[in-house]
Order: sequence, then structure tokens, then C-alpha cells
Amino acid sequence: MKYISEFRRSELAQGLLSRIQRQSKTPVRFMEFCGGHTVTIFKYGIRQLLPKTIEMVSGPGCPICVTANADLDKAIALSQIPGVIIATFGDMLRVPASDSSLQEAKAGGADVRTVYSAMDALKIAGDNPDKSVAFLGIGFETTAPTIAASILQAEEKGLKNYYVLSMHKLCPPVIKALLDSGELKLHGLVCPGHVSAIIGSRPWEFIARDYGIPCVVSGFELLDILQCVEMLVNQVESGKSQVEIAYRRGVRPEGNHEALRLMGQVFEPRPALWRGMGGVPGSGLKLRSKYQRFDAEFAFDIRPSPPREPAGCICGEILRGVKTPANCKLFGKVCTPQSPVGPCMVSSEGSCSASFLYGVGLEG
Amino acid sequence: MCLAIPALIKSIEDKEAEAEIGGITRRISLWLTPEAKVGDYVIVHTGYAINILDQKEAEETLKILRQIAQLEED
Repeated sequence: MKYISEFRRSELAQGLLSRIQRQSKTPVRFMEFCGGHTVTIFKYGIRQLLPKTIEMVSGPGCPICVTANADLDKAIALSQIPGVIIATFGDMLRVPASDSSLQEAKAGGADVRTVYSAMDALKIAGDNPDKSVAFLGIGFETTAPTIAASILQAEEKGLKNYYVLSMHKLCPPVIKALLDSGELKLHGLVCPGHVSAIIGSRPWEFIARDYGIPCVVSGFELLDILQCVEMLVNQVESGKSQVEIAYRRGVRPEGNHEALRLMGQVFEPRPALWRGMGGVPGSGLKLRSKYQRFDAEFAFDIRPSPPREPAGCICGEILRGVKTPANCKLFGKVCTPQSPVGPCMVSSEGSCSASFLYGVGLEG
Repeated sequence: MCLAIPALIKSIEDKEAEAEIGGITRRISLWLTPEAKVGDYVIVHTGYAINILDQKEAEETLKILRQIAQLEED
């Protein structure tokens, strides 16, 4: 496929690896924030290909994984309200909340439908005028503008039965919270490519400037990740900390103006709850009062029970990068992709699922 | 979940387009990239084009990677 296969060529990967091996002298720890990057890294065995001087740790960049039980419980409570159809991205279905999952709610009679796009949810709303369609707004800055667009489309079409339960999260504030916690010393950040396609590379500048951590925005293919690591090593070894873009075909420093405009028109920042990190100021999005009639939290009386966490699950610590799946007593034994205990095993982008699938971490 | 892939725009009608992704044609939304034209590659996430792929930059990046591979071989 054009612009995919070219970025997987092994002879070019060899060149980048050879340069990384030659240039890397200082022991460093780099974090890949994004779950999509985690998958590429595990799929190609990049951790094993890199020299011993480079440690890669996974960050909290998996929207399904970081959704707190309190929010998942709301989605399940919403599915129990008569006349409500829940439309959601597929990965959400199997995530265990405090007492059940959406899949179990569906088995119990709730109308829960998997969609590929917010456009599909709009279609369901159009086809079912006597029902209320609530779309679960999950995702970072990459996804939030698409949900904003869907709300504006619903307004344009005069749809009166389309709602969004916004659980959207913003990336720069949570990285700040992670760095401020002081739990983890990082020497470089692989910045998320498709979040940056929307917000640009400028929102990462505070990390390079205030924390002295080199930042490189990466794409999602093998060569993208290796080029990003090579650029991070280069910054470390020359004593620099700045924001660079490796993924230049997809990201511009200023981001996507129209997407940012629509996101800002529909949503405003609010505090959000992150699994493993608790409340992070300004890291969530809620619908602006002008669009309140599309807000599921405003339109329905959602009353979940107080949230509970599964015993023994360390997803929270894994998401903060302070523990790995291999540190978890449940990993691969009680908790598997067939029977997941925590969200990092459910989402295909979760560290636990990627470790299980590609055999990394099982070695102990 | 921020998965997005390049697609070639074949035709545009209002704010939607027919786009080819690996030989398959799909209907995508251009709400976030109103400036996209037929013949552009766009990066598609959950049915929405989130950016226009910069083909010149893609070639430039590949050129740099080929140079690195060449230099490392020598």
C-alpha cells in the first residue's frame, strides 16, 4: 500500500539500526506515549533490535486503557436506560468495568452496537427516530474532532436523538502530570503521530524547554519508529532538547487548523479521571453549553454505583510506565486476551495485550 | 486507537469523498480537511480524513533514509 510499504523496507531499517548502534553511548530511557507505537515496537521486536543502552517504556497513550471505571460504569448505566442505543468503537465492548462490561450488558438485553466511525452512529440515529442513540466519545485529540464534526452534522441534519457521552482526553496535560510525579526518569519522548496531526508539534515544546527532555513526533511504521529513535539519540548525544518531527508526511508544526477549530467550537477542557493517574486538571473535554442538548450526561439521568477496581490488577502502574506486564502476577495466568482482568489486556494497543500477543514479557 | 491510514481521494461530493485504501473504496468524511482535492492522499482515522498527506515530505524522508542506509553500508 502506497505510503505504508515503503516505510517497512528492511534494508533501510538496517541502515537506521546501524546508525543508532554506532551513535548511542549514553544509557537512556525513552517513552513511547502512544499505544499505536507500542504495537509497532512489539510487532517488529524493536526493543530487542536496539542496543542495550536504550530502554523503551510504554506510556498511557491507549484511550481504552486509561478510561477510569467510574466512566465505564456510566456507559453501562446509560445502556440500561429504556430506549437508549449505545454506539461504540469495538474495543470498548469487552473492557471490564466495576461490575460488568458492555458486552455483558448487551447479553443481558441492552442495545449496544459496534461502529467504525461516528458517521455510522449518526446513521443509526437517522434510522431509529424513536430511539435515543448515545455514542461513547472515547479517544484523544485524534478522535475528538471527528466526534465534534458528528455533533455539527447532527445539528445540520436536525437529528434530535443523537447524544455523546464525552470521555475524551487530552495528551499534553497527562504527560505533564506524569513528568511532575517524578516517578519515572525519561531521556526522550516518542510523541504521538496522529494526535500531533491534529494539534501540531508546538504543544510538546514545554517538555523540551521546561523538563529538558528531547521530543520527536513519530509515524507508525517500522522506519518511522527507528528514525524517531535515531533522532532522539542524536539529540541526547549532542546535549540538545528540542521538538522535532520525524513524521513529516503527516504532521505540520501548526497542526490541522480546521480540526482544532471544530473541536474548540463543540468542546471545552475540564478535569478528567485517568486510570492509574487519578484526576488530571484540564485533561478532559466536555460539550460546551451551546451543544448541551447533545450531551448524554445532561440528557439522561445516569446513576452508576460507586466504582471498584479489580484486585491484583496493576494496569494503573503499567500505564504510568513504572511497571511492565511481566511484573503483574495476573499476566498470562488469570488475565489473558480471552479473559481479560484489566483494560491493558483488552485493547489491542494495551501493553499487556501486545506483550501477550508478541511474547515479550513472558520471559520474565 | 489513533490508528489512521493513507487513502487516495477518487471523487468528492459535498463534504464526503470516495477514497481508495489498499484497493478497497470507502466513503470518507472531509469535514476536517475541506481543502482536500481529488488525487490527494489523506490520512483517514475512523472514517474521517484528519490531514492531507504531504507527498513531497514523504519522498524527502525516504531520500534521507536511503542516504543513511548508503552511508552506513560504506
